Amino acid sequence: MSLFNVFNVSGSAVSAQSQRLNIVASNLSNADTVAGPDGKAYKARQVVFQTLLMGGPAQPASAAGVRVSEITESQAEGRRVHDPKHPRADAEGYVTYSNVSTVEEMVNMMSASRSYQINIEVMNTARRLLLKSLQIGQS
Amino acid sequence: MIPKLTDALNFHSQALMLRAERQRLIASNIANADTPGYQARDFDFAQALRQATGSAAGVGQGIAADVMSPAGAGGRTAPTLRYAAPSQTNLDNNSVDMNRERGAFAENAIRYESTLRFINGNVRTMLDAMKSHNQG
Repeated sequence: MSLFNVFNVSGSAVSAQSQRLNIVASNLSNADTVAGPDGKAYKARQVVFQTLLMGGPAQPASAAGVRVSEITESQAEGRRVHDPKHPRADAEGYVTYSNVSTVEEMVNMMSASRSYQINIEVMNTARRLLLKSLQIGQS
Repeated sequence: MIPKLTDALNFHSQALMLRAERQRLIASNIANADTPGYQARDFDFAQALRQATGSAAGVGQGIAADVMSPAGAGGRTAPTLRYAAPSQTNLDNNSVDMNRERGAFAENAIRYESTLRFINGNVRTMLDAMKSHNQG
């Protein structure tokens, strides 16, 4: 029954999107983290999605879920602010913050939450259709 | 007599299977809306139904034509998948058009339900035919 596969497909998408949301949350919470004694600040992370084929043996390609294949770290330079009084300031008086771009992360968050909602909606529709299929020939 | 009654039911059950398959395909497209390099897929429903019911004529005549094709309900052939042409180009090569997919998903859900209704109506007709005239 191919409608049951919808739950697997959408479920994989929901879990991938929630992982993306998780990464966004950790990026946003570290937006103002300064570099430690080693001079390295927090680097913004990004999930990479990959198609996951999950059809039956007859048609392996017809159902395609999604999974997080890797998490990459942004290699952009961290924000540097001149603040000689800061306890973490370096010899030149600069403080290195993390390279998280809050605007980008907010956009990422909105995109993830929309995708999450849509996939839940897909699951609800599939559930409704399956329940109706159970009532064939009744009443 | 009985084959005539079940022919229509057979046709609708094939349609229902294909609808479920299309629903799954669209769900895959929606799930992969953010996957880089993913190409949205779909199939031509009319053609797939003609192929599944084994009638070369139009869909409407599929009921009259021989529904019991060699590829019966169990061993039916898979519909040929096609790639959707992207309406807007995307930097990450993803060709899922979310508006299109959501529209297709809603449409397919309604058509699935209407097929269910056809089946229910057919079943009711058959049950009515089986009842003797002095009953109910």
